[in-house]
Amino acid sequence: MNPTARYFRNIGKGFWTVLIGMKVTMRHLFTPAVTIQYPDARMAIPERGRNRLYVNMDDCIGCDQCAMACPVDCITIETAKSLPTEDLGVTSTGQKKRLWVTQFDIDFGKCCYCGLCVPPCPTECIYMTNVFEFSDYDRKNLIYSFITLTPDEVAQKDKQAREAEREAAAKKAAAAAAAAAQKAAQAAQKPSPSPVEPPQKPTPPQAPPVQPATSTAQPSTSSDLPSVPTDKKVENPEVKPGPEPPSSAVNGSPEGKVD
Amino acid sequence: MHNFITYYLGTGVLSSLLSSLLPILFVFGYALVAMYLELKISAHMQDRLGPMRTGKWHGWAQPLADVVKLLQKEDTIPTAADKPLYILAPLLVFMGSYAAYAAIPFSPAYIGADINLGVFYIIAVSAIVVLGILMAGWSSDNKWSLLGAMRTAAQLVSYEIPSSLAVLSVVMVAGSLNLNDVCSAQTGWFWNWFIFGKFPFLFITFVIYFIASLAETNRSPFDIPEAESELVAGYHTEYSGMRFAFFYLAEYANMFTVAAIAAVLFFGGWNSPFGTFMSGPIWGAFWLITKGMVLVLVQMWLRWTLPRFRVDQLMYLSWKILTPFALADLVAVGLWTVLR
Repeated sequence: MNPTARYFRNIGKGFWTVLIGMKVTMRHLFTPAVTIQYPDARMAIPERGRNRLYVNMDDCIGCDQCAMACPVDCITIETAKSLPTEDLGVTSTGQKKRLWVTQFDIDFGKCCYCGLCVPPCPTECIYMTNVFEFSDYDRKNLIYSFITLTPDEVAQKDKQAREAEREAAAKKAAAAAAAAAQKAAQAAQKPSPSPVEPPQKPTPPQAPPVQPATSTAQPSTSSDLPSVPTDKKVENPEVKPGPEPPSSAVNGSPEGKVD
Repeated sequence: MHNFITYYLGTGVLSSLLSSLLPILFVFGYALVAMYLELKISAHMQDRLGPMRTGKWHGWAQPLADVVKLLQKEDTIPTAADKPLYILAPLLVFMGSYAAYAAIPFSPAYIGADINLGVFYIIAVSAIVVLGILMAGWSSDNKWSLLGAMRTAAQLVSYEIPSSLAVLSVVMVAGSLNLNDVCSAQTGWFWNWFIFGKFPFLFITFVIYFIASLAETNRSPFDIPEAESELVAGYHTEYSGMRFAFFYLAEYANMFTVAAIAAVLFFGGWNSPFGTFMSGPIWGAFWLITKGMVLVLVQMWLRWTLPRFRVDQLMYLSWKILTPFALADLVAVGLWTVLR
């Protein structure tokens, strides 16, 4: 196309496209705006969106699973064992509660809203809500406490748990001491066959008679998990011990082979 | 109206002062309305809402809030700026825009100054704006301002030529430079308006004048001088507070000036489109202001439709398209007028 024709064609096209553009803009002048005027109106939140957590304390058994699952350690849980006489009630899944939850803090300043704490909960008491408008001026106000006990009750539960533990420890110590004394008395009564018999047999004993007497800590309520057999006293003599039993610092002579 | 004022106050300084300050009241009121319209229309054209909260009802107080904000801002002058020029520049720009209001016939009974050279005066006095802008760009001691100012000067000067040629065509048809006479030549129903006269030549004249006047006022798509995304803010980058308010006000005042002149030259000025129905001195003012506002709205419409011209495309448009067409149009209209 020769330049003159192109010149006029450009002018024509220029005008025509401007008019088309003006038509588009005019049409949009009368289309309703798509703006949603927050906070008078809000957009719908997705049903499974991950926003602020909520903990239903009636169902919480204080298992600490959510705190352990949290990647940023924003959940802090402290529990106190309840006395056997107290009845804490039952969770919605039928589990009997045994622990007083004396602290259950979630720091929403740290929380990354990943939702990893939700699946491990055995009673589904922690879950994500659709609340996202909870900004505050002070970071301390973002630490939410979910417990239902009053501070006095918390102090009381802590105290009674500590006392119970102390009593149990004392009792156990007394029982162990009594057992040890009894064993010593028995050994003194029974005449030993030969005083030259070495108290230590060079061959490894077949059954590890390990029974650490100072252990008072029971494995916690996660009783369903398989535990390493070194803690328990092995009663079955067929069971081959793995490693050599730890140094018999507990008692000088082996308590007696189990045949 | 000027006669009305002189009747009561005599021909003296006071009456002249009053007469010359009357349009400024109009300009202030109009500027607030135009600012609000610009915000809302641009918003709705972009499928959004614009200001909704200032003043409770759809943000009507937004321009007022903006004015108050500009007034209470700190007046900063760059240390290396050329102080006298820096202070004088916004005043000159506003003065150039406002002086044109003297010759606009708001109604048959009111014109600020009934000059026999009305059109010529308006074109001449609008050139002071170029001077003000160059001063602003130079005295800011800022490369970008200077570049913006030089581009503006080039743009304004080059678009004055097709603009003046277009105006000249109308003056030939009307036979006088006096704007009141131009209005009087268009009395009757709307088909007497010059835009429909000597078809299609005066229509082309109107299009040329409108495009050229868009460039005169630095409105999109010719807003390279104040291109927000390119030169920060062009020649008024360093201005803040009241001084910036002057530039802003001058832009809106200019918009109405060129719209009103287009209305006078092509759309019958203060004449009613229905002949004698709804006509008279006060109706005249209503019609002129309405026609001016419609053209202002078209200017805004174009702003939100078109992307910006590049500076070389801008120059090409002026010198290689608008000027030749304006010249050819002038010849055509002249021949038609003479040979009729």
